[in-house]
Amino acid sequence: MLRARIIPSLLVRQSGLVKTRKFADEKYVGDPINAVRIFNEKEVDELIVSDIDATTEGCEPNYEMIARLAAECRMPLCYGGGITSVEQAKRIMGLGVEKVALSAAAVRRPGLVSQIAEQVGTQSVVVVLDVKKKFLGGYRIHIRNGTVDTKLDPAIFAREMEQRGAGEIVVNSIDHDGMMQGYDLVLASQVRDAVGLPMTILGGAGSYDHMREAAIRLGTIGLGAGSLFIFKGKYRAVLINYPGAEERAMIQRAVAR
Amino acid sequence: MIAILDYGLGNIKAFANIYNSLNIAHMIVDRPQELTHATKIILPGVGAFDHAMQRLKASGLAEPLHEHVVDGGVPVLGICVGMQMLADGSEEGSETGLGWIPGVVRKIKIDANSRSRLLPHMGWNMIFPRESEPLLTGFDMEQGFYFLHSYQFCPHDEAHAIAHANYASEFVCAVRRDHIAGVQFHPEKSHHNGVRLLRNFAES
Repeated sequence: MLRARIIPSLLVRQSGLVKTRKFADEKYVGDPINAVRIFNEKEVDELIVSDIDATTEGCEPNYEMIARLAAECRMPLCYGGGITSVEQAKRIMGLGVEKVALSAAAVRRPGLVSQIAEQVGTQSVVVVLDVKKKFLGGYRIHIRNGTVDTKLDPAIFAREMEQRGAGEIVVNSIDHDGMMQGYDLVLASQVRDAVGLPMTILGGAGSYDHMREAAIRLGTIGLGAGSLFIFKGKYRAVLINYPGAEERAMIQRAVAR
Repeated sequence: MIAILDYGLGNIKAFANIYNSLNIAHMIVDRPQELTHATKIILPGVGAFDHAMQRLKASGLAEPLHEHVVDGGVPVLGICVGMQMLADGSEEGSETGLGWIPGVVRKIKIDANSRSRLLPHMGWNMIFPRESEPLLTGFDMEQGFYFLHSYQFCPHDEAHAIAHANYASEFVCAVRRDHIAGVQFHPEKSHHNGVRLLRNFAES
């Protein structure tokens, strides 16, 4: 049976690893290559690496860093940040990355998703939705590290992305980012019901119970987390960690289907 | 010397890293003349079928590969789309496959009404190898392998299927015809099981 994927999500800025809260309050947490080596040892299911410099500054992806990460990863790697063209996506896939993630570029030019899918295959195209809750209810996709409201509804946009050839949707809750109080399961369910694609949720996981709860509610999905796998204790001391075999089984067995 | 074929697709360095850690001689090959030294060949591949076939042909490696594998009998292991390329062709595109293992590549059939059967088939799943298959021994069966695909290899001859997996229904996840083999999953991204498979290929 296909298992729920438990996925550390790493943010990179200027080739260093950082972690945010609500997309702000950034903290330097170490060297990404070193983190990958530790995650190799822990045999993690998959990794997501997002370069938040490349995203906001509109600069080229850092190919050298991506190549080093891809070569080091013994697990599948999804890279996002700064991808705005088919050529860039192809080049990154050529470095040994399994999946490329688009966010702002998919919002601005939805056709780009189809073009990339045609070249690299739909299974390797991930669309990341960074979502904020509206004051009076409902959700909106934000871009540029959460600073710009696109007015797009995540469920409706996710469906459009599916039609355009996306192979996976990552739903990231900006409000829950780094808070470790649990996922936004209402948001996740809305997107889950809208698409027939694999999905990964991100933002808010603070314990394995949060992951188990999400797996029960949503089925076989990707369970992403940043802080949970990077920090230990209430003072947020940096200690890279990952559930052991028994804890993983506890999370993954929650899915009855 | 294991040649890891580099025609611009797949996790070339990930294979090299694993063989490095195992102290097994290997080389990344992107020029036809370098294939001469190969005693075994890994044919990686990710992405769309046509794109992969076109890249292989454009690299100039397709013909020497054919000479070594088909005429010279050098063992080859296709990975993911590299496995699909061993077939005659794919529903995904219009390019002709290598045609070394008779069969076609078809889209995985899913039940549209089921929420738990989504495409692509993405993640860790168990495999069920045929007995006494040297390539597929020594695994932690619970852990399984990492899959990422929407298409599956359908061999014409069931005797060429050496492992199955289940997603929506049972499908062939590894094939072998004499010295030509392929796996749908990604050993280079499947931790210890993947390392074991690549070692099996090197030693068998």
